[in-house]
Amino acid sequence: MEQEHKLTLEEIVKLLDAEVVVGGEDMCCCFCYGAAADLMSDVLAFMVDGAILLTGLANDQVIRTADMVDCSVVVLVRGKRPTEPMVALAKRQNVTLLSTHHSMYAACGLLFQAGLPPVIIQRDHDA
Amino acid sequence: MTPDADVVFVETFDIKGGDFIKAGEASGAVKRYLKELGLPSDVVRRTAIAVYEAEMNVVVHAYEGTLRFALTDEAIVIEVADRGPGIADIEQAMREGYSTAPPEIQEMGFGAGMGLPNMDKNTDKMTIESKVGEGTIVRMVIYL
Repeated sequence: MEQEHKLTLEEIVKLLDAEVVVGGEDMCCCFCYGAAADLMSDVLAFMVDGAILLTGLANDQVIRTADMVDCSVVVLVRGKRPTEPMVALAKRQNVTLLSTHHSMYAACGLLFQAGLPPVIIQRDHDA
Repeated sequence: MTPDADVVFVETFDIKGGDFIKAGEASGAVKRYLKELGLPSDVVRRTAIAVYEAEMNVVVHAYEGTLRFALTDEAIVIEVADRGPGIADIEQAMREGYSTAPPEIQEMGFGAGMGLPNMDKNTDKMTIESKVGEGTIVRMVIYL
């Protein structure tokens, strides 16, 4: 898969005017794709390496799902705050957790405009 | 292939229906073990996704279950057996979008009828045995 456009975690935080709730030790870490979903089974179905996840869901299963697909950055949109167990789990699984006041649509738009492409979803008949 | 022919490692995990706090712990342990062994990332990822979906199915639909994970010299073999309502129509349950999960599960990001198809896509072999009112056994094989 081609990986041309990359954003650092620092750029992502700046673009989304986000708060780093958990992690963020390596702000130079690069990401190649963005994905947005509230349906965790969708995340399990299409996530690729090097992608960040934007979601409006704030529960433990978001972190568990991110861990399963090696997604190291989760952005909670619309000012959602993580629960305490979610924070503890994110720390344990080394998942960086951001919170932005932007809506899902606006947050995706800002990242897309800055050059972060979407995860390419392979259709079944292409497989 | 006889998946259990040359077993390198076996572990069994108990899963409790309705326990959303611990949901995903067994899958996390399986994933960590495979990663530590240095297996190809594609194999680790496919196994993690299939096991996690299977574990969530037990938590969402069943009273209790067990997840048996075995590593042989040629494959990863997973068996998830539960005591629960069972599946009346397996063919229908395999269709993307078909779900019997209640709305509160869907609000948690699951139960959209993607679980079984996701498991099928990420494994090389998958079989389902089910008896209504008794439970379900899902067997999955991922070749190394």
